[in-house]
Amino acid sequence: MISVGIDVGSISAKAAMMKDGELIGSKVMLTGYNARNAGERIFLDLLAGLDVQRDAVGRIVATGYGRNSVEVADKAVTEITCHAAGAHFQDPAVRCVIDIGGQDSKVIAMDTTGRVTDFAMNDKCAAGTGRFLEVMARALEVDLDAFGEMSLQADQPAAISSLCTVFAESEVISLIARGERRENIIAGIHESIGSRVIAMANRVGITEPVMMTGGVAKNIGVVRALEKKSGKSIRVSANAQVNGAIGAALIAAGIA
Amino acid sequence: MNGSEKPPIDPEKEKRKIKSVKRMKDIMTHYYIDAKTADQTGKKVAWVTSGGPVEPLIAMDVIPVYPENHGAMIGAAKMGVDLCEKAEEMGYAGDLCSYARADIACATVNGGPIGGLPRPDMLVCCNNICGTVLKWYEVQARYFKVPLFILDTPFNHTEYTPEAHAYVRSQLDEYIVFLETHCKKTFDHDRLAEVGRLSMAGQRLWQQVLDTTVHRPAPMSAFDAFFHLALIVTLRGTRTVVDYYTELLDEMKTRVATGIAAVPGERYRLLWDNLPVWYRTRWLSDKFAAHSACLVADTYTSSWCGTLKYLDEKDFLGSMAQGYSRVYINIGTDQMADMVVDMVDKYSADGLVIHSNRSCKPYSLGQYDIQRIVQEKRGIPSLIIEADMTDSRSFSESQIDTRIDAFMEVLK
Repeated sequence: MISVGIDVGSISAKAAMMKDGELIGSKVMLTGYNARNAGERIFLDLLAGLDVQRDAVGRIVATGYGRNSVEVADKAVTEITCHAAGAHFQDPAVRCVIDIGGQDSKVIAMDTTGRVTDFAMNDKCAAGTGRFLEVMARALEVDLDAFGEMSLQADQPAAISSLCTVFAESEVISLIARGERRENIIAGIHESIGSRVIAMANRVGITEPVMMTGGVAKNIGVVRALEKKSGKSIRVSANAQVNGAIGAALIAAGIA
Repeated sequence: MNGSEKPPIDPEKEKRKIKSVKRMKDIMTHYYIDAKTADQTGKKVAWVTSGGPVEPLIAMDVIPVYPENHGAMIGAAKMGVDLCEKAEEMGYAGDLCSYARADIACATVNGGPIGGLPRPDMLVCCNNICGTVLKWYEVQARYFKVPLFILDTPFNHTEYTPEAHAYVRSQLDEYIVFLETHCKKTFDHDRLAEVGRLSMAGQRLWQQVLDTTVHRPAPMSAFDAFFHLALIVTLRGTRTVVDYYTELLDEMKTRVATGIAAVPGERYRLLWDNLPVWYRTRWLSDKFAAHSACLVADTYTSSWCGTLKYLDEKDFLGSMAQGYSRVYINIGTDQMADMVVDMVDKYSADGLVIHSNRSCKPYSLGQYDIQRIVQEKRGIPSLIIEADMTDSRSFSESQIDTRIDAFMEVLK
């Protein structure tokens, strides 16, 4: 049986297709202005890319902020449950998921069967999320994809003390003005995300193994900062950005 | 459906409506009309904090008026943001309690759903609920140029000490003198004893009303309690409260007997902590009901009957010291957590919903510890919702929507 998971996030929409318990393809695109359209569009893209007919798809589960406006979906499930399901599928040992997406960060505690036992999400604030990194990349005139590698070249991470994206951007600008190395600024940004997210994770309790999911997991600098702050090693999902969509597809298939 | 058509009446929904609501609305309307026409009837008006000692006022025929109840009305009428912004224009910080901001602003413009509160003749402030009320009432005392009485109830970190008791007890005598001075008449202690009896009878009945939700399915929810609470707050110590809650209790017993549920198909029973989100009670109620979840009890509405065990009909004035000092948010976090655990057991709660209220610091401080203690002792999941009781700028619908959905997925 073929099932599809559609994850409409604040910045990007993701879709994943599963067949008989195997991931057969996935897709990522920008959500854009119309979240309702994004779910539909990425679904059609996914079908076209994998050359699968609409009728061949069994059940569809939608997740993410736009989950309730995906008309093709049979059911909506929150990204908390989907990320846990996706992580458990990819690595059944995982007991804790740190997911950092476009506008939220969350920490999910799971039992050995992949069931969510507790979770925490960031407050109404974008600091410590993907959007925060985008703002900083613009201020530093650095491509976001280069952030991870560059931060590993830092000799002395700069201190970014503000808890607010806008104020942190001003801090970054004054660091630039003072001639601080980009690498150090970027490492400082990653450390500030690390402190914020690990403080939240400690409320839930971090049980190893820990897996990081979400688009920000592609940034090795953030992963290292999280490891440094928590003192624990973190596995990165091979399909970090589409992990939620994979979880949704698994739930659609009745596997999770 | 065109605009002139009324939506069809759903008989199931009609059956679930609490019939006493209408009487309650009438009582509150009359209460506010009496208060707002006090200058014509020669009665005096005192503004008093929600946890303040109201019984001596009733005994002196002073009409007590509650800026916090008014704040709840402002919130429910979705007028909180305008008034909070007005206060911020006046120079008050956005971090200040939204009840305080709304009240301070409202006094200057007579805004809000009832055109402002009647002008006070005196103010009575008790800091058993927070420290903000001290400065808030000082601001209002200066603004209205009226006398202010402050009852200082020390925080009970671990126990209620004899020293604290003597300190609060002596202030109650000063309170009586304050009232005699400003009402220009002698205090009638027999009258206070009668008011005390009625106050305790009202509190007992309110507890009984709240306790009807131990039944499955619960005949009412915390959202109903948030509404029916207004009487025990505003008219505590009067016959009206006793009569009304007697009637409400009868209605709840009938609902239990006939199996009328607040939430049809109730499957999950939840406990709410902190004040309501006044401008979103309907949305939250519908949201939880859509998951077949009923908020069967809360730490907030039970605060107005939580110290009955310290009150004594034979020495009401003397026992008020302890009764007013040991309210839920004037005690240590360990004691609060014990009370929450007891409520989890009593109402068979499957989960805990914690409103981290940006306005109410003393209520929100310690919530993570309470969450942990309840988790350790009872192993039930909990959810933290970040919001504010009156200022809707602190409410993010999509974030809260996701948190509630995810929490319910965990419970299922």
